[in-house]
Amino acid sequence: MKRLFPILCVLTAAFLAYATYRNLAVAPTDALQGDVYRIIYYHVPSAWTAFLLFFINFIASIQYLVIGKPSARSVMKWIVIAVGVLGVIATYLPPIKAQIPAGMEPSAVATTVLMIPAFYFVIGWLFPGQKLDVLAVTAAEVGVVFCTIVLVTGPIWARPVWGIWWATGDIRLTSTLVLWLIYVSYLVLRKFSNSAQTQMLAAALAVFGALDVPLVYLSIWFFRTQHPQPVIGGGGSMDPHMLQTLLLSWMAFLCFAFLVCWSRFHLELLQREVEQAHAMESLAGASASPSMPLSRSTR
Amino acid sequence: MTSLWSVTLATLVKDIRLEWRSKDALNSMLFFSLLVVVIFVFSFDPLAEESRHIVGGLVWVAFLFAAVVALNQTWARELRNQVLDAYRVSPSPANALFLAKVLGNFIFVSVLEALMAPLFVIFYNLHVLGPAWQLIPIGLLGTWALVVNGTFFAAMSVRTRSREIMLPLLLFPISIPAVLGMVAGTTAILTGENSARFYIVLLLTYDVVFTTACLALFETVLHAE
Repeated sequence: MKRLFPILCVLTAAFLAYATYRNLAVAPTDALQGDVYRIIYYHVPSAWTAFLLFFINFIASIQYLVIGKPSARSVMKWIVIAVGVLGVIATYLPPIKAQIPAGMEPSAVATTVLMIPAFYFVIGWLFPGQKLDVLAVTAAEVGVVFCTIVLVTGPIWARPVWGIWWATGDIRLTSTLVLWLIYVSYLVLRKFSNSAQTQMLAAALAVFGALDVPLVYLSIWFFRTQHPQPVIGGGGSMDPHMLQTLLLSWMAFLCFAFLVCWSRFHLELLQREVEQAHAMESLAGASASPSMPLSRSTR
Repeated sequence: MTSLWSVTLATLVKDIRLEWRSKDALNSMLFFSLLVVVIFVFSFDPLAEESRHIVGGLVWVAFLFAAVVALNQTWARELRNQVLDAYRVSPSPANALFLAKVLGNFIFVSVLEALMAPLFVIFYNLHVLGPAWQLIPIGLLGTWALVVNGTFFAAMSVRTRSREIMLPLLLFPISIPAVLGMVAGTTAILTGENSARFYIVLLLTYDVVFTTACLALFETVLHAE
C-alpha cells in the first residue's frame, strides 16, 4: 500500500493537469458570460466533493454512535434498509414521480437513494471500531477545505456575472454557508475537547448538523433563488462538451480528495498510536519507579 | 414512566428553588439583555415605520445572547461537588434529567422574554399591524427551539476546555433555521405584510426534529467515556 501512494500521486497530478488543460483551453467559451464561466470547473466539482465528504462524515458518525450498542445497531441497520427500499419504491409512485424536476430520471433518483444503505454498509465493513471516528474527522476536515473553495470561488464568479458578491437569502448560497459553519464548529469541538469523550460528542454533533441541513433548506424556501439551476438533475442545461469537461474535472478532484483523505487518515492513525504509546510508557514508568511518576522514558 | 416524571419534577423543583433563592441566572440574563436593548437604542434611532422591520431581529438577538448566559450555568452548577457524576451513576433515566433542565431553562427564558418585551415596545414605539396573538406561538416555539438545543450543547460543552465560549460556537450554527424562522415570523407579524403561518410550521418542525434527536442522543452524551 505504501508503494502505491507515490504512484497514485503522480497519476493524480497528471489527471489534474489534463483536467486543467481541458478546462482552460479545450472547453468552449460561454456565449453570454465569456471566459469567466470557466471557474465552474473548480466551483462545482469542489461542491460535489465537499457534499460527498460531509455525507461520509454523517454515515461514519451514525455508525460510531451505534457501535457499542448491539440493540441500537440492529435498529439502525433496519432503518437504513427501510430508507433504501422505501426510497426506491417512492420514486416510482406517480405523485412523487411528478415532484421530480424535469430532466431527472426516476431511476437516477432511485440509484442515489440506494447510495445511502450502500455507503452505510460499506463504511461499516471497511472501517471497524475506532477507525470510524478517524474516518469521520478526516472527511470533515477535507470537506471543510473543499467547501471553503466553493465559498471563495462562488463570489469571484458572481461579482462579474450577477454584479454582487453575495446574494443574501439565496437557498444554495445560504445552505452551503450554514453547512460550512456547522462543520467548522464540529472541528472546533474536536480541537477544544481532547478527552476520551470527544469522539462521542463529535459524532452526536455531526448527526445534529446533518438534521439541520434540510431545515435550512426549508427555512429559505420562501425566498427566490438566484443561483443557476443544478446542472445534473435540475432545470439547468449545459453544452455536452462542457458537461464532459465538468465531469472529467470532478473525477480529477475526487482522485485528489481521495489522496488527501488517505494521507490524513494514516496521519491520524499514527498520531493516535503515538499518543497511546506515550500513555502506556508513562504508565509503565510510573509503576517501575513510584518516586518518579509520569516519567516519559524508562531508559 | 412514573419514575421519569417524578425524577423530572424533583429536579425541576430543585432547580427552580435554587434559582428562586440565588436568582443568579435570571438577574444576569435580565441585566445583560437590558444592556443589549440600550446599546441597540443608541446604535439605531429609527422611525416607527422602519423599526417594525428591524425589531424582530433585535429582539431575538438580545434573547439569544441572554439565553446563552443562562444555558452556560445549567450544567456548570452540577459540576460542583461532583453532582453530575452522581447523576451518571444513579439508576434514574438520563432523559428525566434532560427534560427537567430544558423545562427549567424554558421557564427562565420565558420569564425574561415576558419582562423584556414591554421594554422593546417602549423604546421603539412599536405598534403591531398583523395578528398580534401569533406572536405567542412564535415566542413559545422559538424559545423551546433555543432552549432544547442549548441545554443539549451545554451538556456537551461542559466537557471541553473553555466551556463558556464553546456553547455559542456549537449552538448558533445549528440554530440558524430556527433564528431565521423567529425573526422572519416576528417581522411578518409586526409589519402585517405577509402571513407568519409558514414560520410557525417551520419552528414546529424544527422543535419536533431536534427534541427527538436530543432525547435519543442525550444518554450517549451524558455517559460518554
